[in-house]
Amino acid sequence: MTDKVLVTKDLETVFSMRDGDAKAVNGVSLSVGRGEVLGLVGESGSGKSVTGFSIIGLVDAPGRIAKGSIKFQGTELVGMSENDLRALRGNRIAMIFQDPMMTLNPVLRIDTQMLEAILAHRKMPRAQALARCRDVLNLVGIAAPEERLKTYPHELSGGMRQRVAIAIAFLNEPDLIIADEPTTALDVTIQAQIIHEAQKLCRLTGTAMIWITHDLAVVAGIADRIAVMYAGRIVEQGTVDEVIDTPAHPYTVGLLGSVPSANKRGVPLRQIPGMTPNILSLPVGCPFRERCSRADEMCQVEPSRHVVREDRDWFCHHPHIAPDTSEATQ
Amino acid sequence: MSVLVFFGLNIIGDPVYMLVSPDADQEDIDRVIRNLGLDRPILEQYVLFVKGALQGDLGNSFIFGESALGLISRHMGATLELAFTALFLAIAIGIPLGLYAGLYPNRMSSRVIMTSSILGFSLPTFWVGLMMILIFSVQLGWLPSTGRGDTATFLGITSSIFTLNGLSHLILPAANLALLKVSLVIRLTRAGTREGMQQDYIKFARAKGLSTTRVVGVHLLKNILIPIVTVLGLEFGSLIAFSVVTETIFAWPGMGRLLIESILQLDRPVVVAYLMIIVALFVVINLLVDVVYSILDPRVRLKEQGK
Ligand SMILES: Nc1ncnc2c1ncn2[C@@H]1O[C@H](COP(=O)(O)OP(=O)(O)OP(=O)(O)O)[C@@H](O)[C@H]1O
Ligand code: SF4
Ligand SMILES: [Mg+2]
Repeated sequence: MTDKVLVTKDLETVFSMRDGDAKAVNGVSLSVGRGEVLGLVGESGSGKSVTGFSIIGLVDAPGRIAKGSIKFQGTELVGMSENDLRALRGNRIAMIFQDPMMTLNPVLRIDTQMLEAILAHRKMPRAQALARCRDVLNLVGIAAPEERLKTYPHELSGGMRQRVAIAIAFLNEPDLIIADEPTTALDVTIQAQIIHEAQKLCRLTGTAMIWITHDLAVVAGIADRIAVMYAGRIVEQGTVDEVIDTPAHPYTVGLLGSVPSANKRGVPLRQIPGMTPNILSLPVGCPFRERCSRADEMCQVEPSRHVVREDRDWFCHHPHIAPDTSEATQ
Repeated sequence: MSVLVFFGLNIIGDPVYMLVSPDADQEDIDRVIRNLGLDRPILEQYVLFVKGALQGDLGNSFIFGESALGLISRHMGATLELAFTALFLAIAIGIPLGLYAGLYPNRMSSRVIMTSSILGFSLPTFWVGLMMILIFSVQLGWLPSTGRGDTATFLGITSSIFTLNGLSHLILPAANLALLKVSLVIRLTRAGTREGMQQDYIKFARAKGLSTTRVVGVHLLKNILIPIVTVLGLEFGSLIAFSVVTETIFAWPGMGRLLIESILQLDRPVVVAYLMIIVALFVVINLLVDVVYSILDPRVRLKEQGK
């Protein structure tokens, strides 16, 4: 694929703290194409959000991008001036956050919060901008947008607020949307509606999307491709079918085992043993070593990338896929 | 409270001896006592006072002979002028400094601001007042140290802020009175800023690509202004109460200084009236703060309309 909207290469984001540098993102290489949805999956603390914030250039101090490259439509974002980044933010790259209760400003009306997102990036008569707001609210499934525009966030339900946040993200028809667990805080029916809505919009507008979640079931429903993240690295990538049906990395297998599904009813869910490791004190070799049932001496050496295709790879010495099913490079 | 003050002042001393000349004879003294109604038993005096108070009459000053209420309200303008100027200073200086210190907590200048605000909290007002006089009036001779300057009337308000001379008299006492509140506003604003900048809605506003000016000036400020206004509103009462000290140091002809003089001269009706007015003022201020609060915070507004 040549029409990649975003390509990151060996991205490293580091938080300098008193007891050392925490590499929250440790060599992440991923890419998303036009109209494509990439699911970024991993346990809490694996660095998914920090990856998202790195791309949009909003990593808070004491964090900084230490290494690597982020190419957005061919333009390098690492090292770009704050002004140029701001011109991209909310305009070409938008972000949606996890908690809809917290993302809208409680003391500003919805119309204010929507209009400013447009007017920050283009000069437009107010009436025209308002019309755009109404259209997009309609698109995300909000009835009577006229009235909703005049309300404050606390007058709306959680699902409604998240729709507004999604509408804000789509206002300027961005090329990339980073959705950081946008449905985690909502109940299941609303979750399904919103996922459907977001997916439809991406197809419609050709917007690329990175959908961050810790829930493989959610990601299977929306994504085209999946990247599995562990301790700041991407340990496995592939299409949804590849990752769900023929997972290679033991960590992905573990994640899949902890997802309830219809055909395994009655079978107790398996848990991945152990805790998410502290990124300040990772084991030598494979970061998953201490929790992995397949670990052996070999795993004390960090596994290198096993490439099947440019967008199908894993990092493991003993993958669940027999070596002969793929043409091993490496 | 009126009971406490009423009887308390009665115990402290007899105002009559303040009023009559030292060489007055007993007959003169008796006449004064009768005129002031002090010959009656104290309980009866109190009943008479309450009766009058209910009709809006808090009695006449023993010293000046005119009504206590009238006397105080003549002095109130000067005090309110001082208090409002101090409030203005607290906001105009405290909020920008607090924002700066909150946005750049690690800069040297932020540390200087925070250390100064601790000084502002801990140095006694009267001492700072005297130092200000010493430096700006005595040493440098820039500003007058006592009294209120010329006043002018503008839009029906008579105040010294409309004349240069008046302003020059106002600056020192107002700054002195504002000192504590400036420190308070700096600390409130800084704390609010540091907490607010971590909030998701600020990050979301930045993710929309808004300018820093808009993120801080609208998204942040509108939120942190709510607690600041609430606290400042409630503190405004104490600003008036604390003006007693400042007015005394700078010989500012306000009702605080009137209170001190009245206490010294055991002018009971004025003291009682002053305290009643202060209580009423606190009630009014609290009401106003509630109103402003509900204007600033839409979440409060809804509750009121909803039920
Ligand atoms: N502001 C910060 N200061 C220091 N360390 C941070 C900061 N933000 C994130 N980190 C570190 O980065 C790591 C990854 O955090 P991140 O928020 O990206 O995880 P996540 O995968 O999004 O998890 P979750 O599912 O809980 O959102 C954390 O373990 C934490 O140690
Ligand atoms: S490299 Fe070894 S320890 Fe790491 S996931 Fe593979 S088998 Fe487990
Ligand atoms: Mg996260």
